[in-house]
Amino acid sequence: MRTKNKLPKLLLLFILITHFSFAQTDIDAIMMPKHNFCGGLMYGQSNWKNYWEGTFKRDNQNLGTVTTSMVNIMGNYGVTDKLNLLFGVPYIQTKASAGTLAGQRGIQDLSLTAKYMPIETNLGIGTFSLYTIGSVSTPLSNYVADFLPLSIGLRSSTATGRLMIDYQVHQWFATVSAAYIARKNISIDRTAYYTNQMHYSNEVSMPDATNINVRMGYRTSHLIAEAVFDQFTTQGGFDIRKNDMPFPSNKMNAKRIGANVKYTFHKKLSGLSAIANGNYVFDGRNVGQSFVIMAGAFYQMDWTKKKKVDSKK
Amino acid sequence: MKKTIIFLLAATTIIAACKKDITERNLLFSALNPAKTDSLAGTWKTLLLTAPNEFALAAPGATNVPAYAREINEIKSFQAALTNEQRSRIAYWSAGAVLRWNEIMRTLVARHNLAPYQNEDGTYPAPNANNPFAYPQFPFSNPPFAARAYAYVSAAQYDALVAAYHYKKLYNRPSPYIVDATLEVLVPKTTLAAYPSEDGVIEGVTVEMLKLLFPTEGAYIRAMAEEEKLCRIMSGANVRSDIEAGEFLGRLVAAKFTAKAAGDRAGVAIGNPIIWAQIEADCKARGETAWMSLDMPKRPPMLPLFGNVKSFLIDSLTQVANRPVPPPLTSSEKFRTELAEVKKYADNATRENIRIVHFWADGTGTYTPPGHWNAIAAEEFVQQNFSEVRWARNFSLLNITMMDAAIACWDAKYFYFNQRPCQADPSIKTLTGIPNFPAYVSGHSTFSAAAATYLSHVIPARADAFNAMAKEASDSRMFGAIHYRSDCEKGLELGSKVAESAIARARIDGAE
Repeated sequence: MRTKNKLPKLLLLFILITHFSFAQTDIDAIMMPKHNFCGGLMYGQSNWKNYWEGTFKRDNQNLGTVTTSMVNIMGNYGVTDKLNLLFGVPYIQTKASAGTLAGQRGIQDLSLTAKYMPIETNLGIGTFSLYTIGSVSTPLSNYVADFLPLSIGLRSSTATGRLMIDYQVHQWFATVSAAYIARKNISIDRTAYYTNQMHYSNEVSMPDATNINVRMGYRTSHLIAEAVFDQFTTQGGFDIRKNDMPFPSNKMNAKRIGANVKYTFHKKLSGLSAIANGNYVFDGRNVGQSFVIMAGAFYQMDWTKKKKVDSKK
Repeated sequence: MKKTIIFLLAATTIIAACKKDITERNLLFSALNPAKTDSLAGTWKTLLLTAPNEFALAAPGATNVPAYAREINEIKSFQAALTNEQRSRIAYWSAGAVLRWNEIMRTLVARHNLAPYQNEDGTYPAPNANNPFAYPQFPFSNPPFAARAYAYVSAAQYDALVAAYHYKKLYNRPSPYIVDATLEVLVPKTTLAAYPSEDGVIEGVTVEMLKLLFPTEGAYIRAMAEEEKLCRIMSGANVRSDIEAGEFLGRLVAAKFTAKAAGDRAGVAIGNPIIWAQIEADCKARGETAWMSLDMPKRPPMLPLFGNVKSFLIDSLTQVANRPVPPPLTSSEKFRTELAEVKKYADNATRENIRIVHFWADGTGTYTPPGHWNAIAAEEFVQQNFSEVRWARNFSLLNITMMDAAIACWDAKYFYFNQRPCQADPSIKTLTGIPNFPAYVSGHSTFSAAAATYLSHVIPARADAFNAMAKEASDSRMFGAIHYRSDCEKGLELGSKVAESAIARARIDGAE
């Protein structure tokens, strides 16, 4: 749906073993009005103690709790009321509370998204809208992918195509979307590695992935509160063997539930909004059972050339 | 803005359309086409065989009789209906049987290089050769196990091939395409006699050795063996009786090596709690800080008695003479300096240093450092156009010297039982996994110097490159913050010393 003064909401799209990847408002049914820009910062932390080696769930005293901290700079610009462009740049730091392995830190992947709403119409007692979303991401630094679970990312450039529908009745809404994520092969520092066979190459074939996201809740111009279900499924890849190290091309699957709240301030603080969200992996494969909390603040500016309009009057 | 959207759409399409296939270097190797046939290799000095004809091999049937013609017809019947997949597998095996079985070995090592997961009570189960399928499966192919496994397989292949070349010379049966000029042949032709087949003898000896070393892998090994034999027949390189004679001979030779393996003390290298406690007490009695497992739960030390394993080439007196001088005392200024250096590398890792650490890490789930040097050697040997027997000879001495490096290095590790840097200073964080055995001397350094020194003898023109690789492998352990400088430098020295035995042997084995 389209609302005035809407700030982008943020969603943690993938939490694989440790790494965050953000797509901010690309996955919700909120559009930035024409010539409005909204920018802000999110801070988040993910923690996990248990993880899945294939389907075997375990902890690891040589890692203790793996913590990933993240700061994400994000923005959303309304080209028109029906077309938004979004970007995000996260800085990520990882740490294990036990064992000897060194945590990693650095700038992760730039993401760019175009979000288009071709249909918004009254339907029955509510409003129906349809969205098509295209997104690309690519690493911004030469970080190490092949040091899981402490790598800050997988280094794979991705392209995501998503179809999303939203239905709102009064203040109550439901949004459902499905995405296909194409992932480009990556290069690692080794020139040979074992998956379920030896590979004599420094290139790793990365399996693609799919995502399903369902969200329901309450939405007004000042408050949004919603529950989220998210399922990330790797199409291919292989399982971590018992007591082996994880690898970027593992079959990483995760089912998560979470909640988001966004409050938009009025009057003197108009344009400012605050966001908090949390989510938890309740089922997974070759990923950490992460619990994530995030908070952030955003400011929306109207870049319409008002003065010019005024002088014409 | 439209441009941006078009860009995003285009980028999406490009990434989505990207090919997932990767180019694997080992699948680009061309067919073996040796510069020299080494037809006199039947006179080369064997390792365990008392003589190349210690095992008798019956003379082949004549080639001008109907039985042989029927064997040729078998080849022709396969060739009449070859699939692309079969042609591709023929091409794969044509790169050389020693090479391909060495690759298969590396696969098996990587597949089994996983430390056991702990029991509920925090103790660890150990693999059991007599019950190999129970968790943890036998073997845990850690670096010493792997070094020994590579050595036994390569050594057995060498002796088996020397025997085969002896009989080739003796019986001088021609290749099928020489007997029948109309026969198509899908691999490079050779003037070397065909009976017994090199591929058959390598397959026969290797399958028997791998049954011993990787007992849970029978099905995979058998499938590869059957494919290899069939590929050689389909290619027109050999008739079935060439292959079967080779396989028969190879199996007999393997028995000599499995018998040695049973008595080389590797089976008891794991020790027991009394021995582990004694090693620790001996170290403390010298006033030093004893090594402690940094795994949690604490894991028993890896193969503490591997230093007692019997070598192919080095006697125990020479081994004691090779033993490095003691590491810097914990209380010494030198120790503090070296510890501070490790801390510096840990805290100031450059991206290039991280690359070096990861390139050489060869840890959990990999083919180990000896496997890495086998891969390096294989890619070098491919360019040298060696004959099968020379491949085997060069690999056998390479792997024997790396097994000797493992023995000498593990002897030093448990003789001194020296702590790792992050035991001495827990604020040191490592850029790769911390190995579960003492620090002094570095295994990577010892393996790498042994391999580089021996390979420099085989291909002198590449000596600088090999030595630079060994130095980088050695440095990688310091950069990774898991070894002190002394571990690395003394490890390199030890490795080069060990390799002198292999080089001495190479000078007199008849191949040079």
